[in-house]
Amino acid sequence: MINSGDTAWILMSTALVMLMTIPGLALFYGGLVRRKNVLATMMQSFFVLCLISIQWMLCGYSLSFGPDRGHIIGSLAWIGLKGIGITPNPVYSATIPHILFMAYQMMFAVITPGLITGAFAERMKFSAYVLFTLLWATLVYDPVCHWVWGDGGWLKNKGVLDFAGGIVVHISSGISALVCALFLGKRRGYGREPMPPHNLPLTIIGAGLLWFGWFGFNAGSSLAANGLAAYAFVATNAAASSAALTWMFIEWKVTGKPTLLGGATGAVAGLATITPASGFVSPMSAILIGIAAALFCYTAVAIIKLKFSYDDSLDAFGVHGVGGAVGALATGLLAQKMINPAGNNGLFFGNAPQFTIQSIGVLAVVFYAIIVTSALLKVLDLAIGLRVEDEEEVIGLDITQHEESAYTLLD
Amino acid sequence: MKLVIAIIQPHKLEDVLRELDKEEIYLKTVSNVLGCGRQKGITQVYRGRKETGNMLKKVRLEIAVNEKFVEPTISAITKGAKTGNIGDGKIFVVDLAQCVRIRTGERGGEAIG
Repeated sequence: MINSGDTAWILMSTALVMLMTIPGLALFYGGLVRRKNVLATMMQSFFVLCLISIQWMLCGYSLSFGPDRGHIIGSLAWIGLKGIGITPNPVYSATIPHILFMAYQMMFAVITPGLITGAFAERMKFSAYVLFTLLWATLVYDPVCHWVWGDGGWLKNKGVLDFAGGIVVHISSGISALVCALFLGKRRGYGREPMPPHNLPLTIIGAGLLWFGWFGFNAGSSLAANGLAAYAFVATNAAASSAALTWMFIEWKVTGKPTLLGGATGAVAGLATITPASGFVSPMSAILIGIAAALFCYTAVAIIKLKFSYDDSLDAFGVHGVGGAVGALATGLLAQKMINPAGNNGLFFGNAPQFTIQSIGVLAVVFYAIIVTSALLKVLDLAIGLRVEDEEEVIGLDITQHEESAYTLLD
Repeated sequence: MKLVIAIIQPHKLEDVLRELDKEEIYLKTVSNVLGCGRQKGITQVYRGRKETGNMLKKVRLEIAVNEKFVEPTISAITKGAKTGNIGDGKIFVVDLAQCVRIRTGERGGEAIG
């Protein structure tokens, strides 16, 4: 039975999650790069929205959510949205049209490869980016999505809890981002020349839109306009706030001044971290998860990255990979059946095995993402080359990849 | 007194500044400029319309020096900015008639250093 309240909320949430990619992520990343690369960076977010929307309708949705094949992947039975219409699919969402569930999930499939772009910003060839994104979505995102959320997926069967995509979205993209940063190597001059963000107000607007869209991402994941959605909504805001505050206080203590970029980064880290837990934990637990998000992600971004000297340019791994893993494990500690009867209790609420189950889920996706992403990059590098020429990198990707530039120096 | 004006590739600025520091030439002005030489600029396309002859971004350095610093300045800039490719830039040296330090009212060679 279709419920009009639920349907209205998920239509709205679908649009909110779309907003996270364009313009949210585009602005967030676009402000962080140098002025010669801002359009190329925004183009990556824009392009992924268009490309994966089509991929999802043609085959992605079927591979992710279609009838199970060996607990590993969905079959091609729903290719081209065959048989998917208004009638709800009770396994996934009994009260909204099946085609709406498909559209809502589409926006998750879109933003996930978009997050990776932060790792190879300012140096990847556009043609290579297009192929990488299409193949990554099909070979990494779709199977992982099936494992965790698809009916019959092996991690779902094990009881892994991932409310809105800490494992499916943030770990898969964050770990792949690290692989990309290592494989492509550093930007020319990284570590020797300053590479300051060229427009932080853009980044802050982007962070604000991400936060706003995240209400659709997390509260929408209850797939109904109900009390659980409200719990997820509150947890989302709580974690973003506590993570941003913690990040700024760490900076105040360590480097002397709290920064707006630190606050924005902390907020996004908090949002990524609360994602898997948002529909399973109490509001007070969400505050704790936000604090943990800032502590772990700050360590990854400000200490580990410098120590090992990899160029995860916009911290896709440090924020999403680390945040997603911390959140997925924290779900195994702090989940409560009192909040969501369909979930489970975590270690702190008398169910120790849940933490082990969460760890299995995290490790499986980490290993799978490393292996397939590495193979993909290797093949594409041999076939067409991943990086732009040195001279193109110096001139900037806006002009060399797209023949346009964001700003004029004279009128 | 001479005014040394150099037009260089933006990405070589860091190298030039480092070479100047080595020669103890610390006082300079840097600005963003547009220009083109034999490269004849670049092409950009907006909504299908080609805009040719767009000028390239360059960086302009201005350094006022006393006579004995002229050659060290030129060699430091050359060392830092040279890649051997077209577009490395140019150095202009012009006579400087006067120099006044606003804070103290000093003039000439004393005001430069």
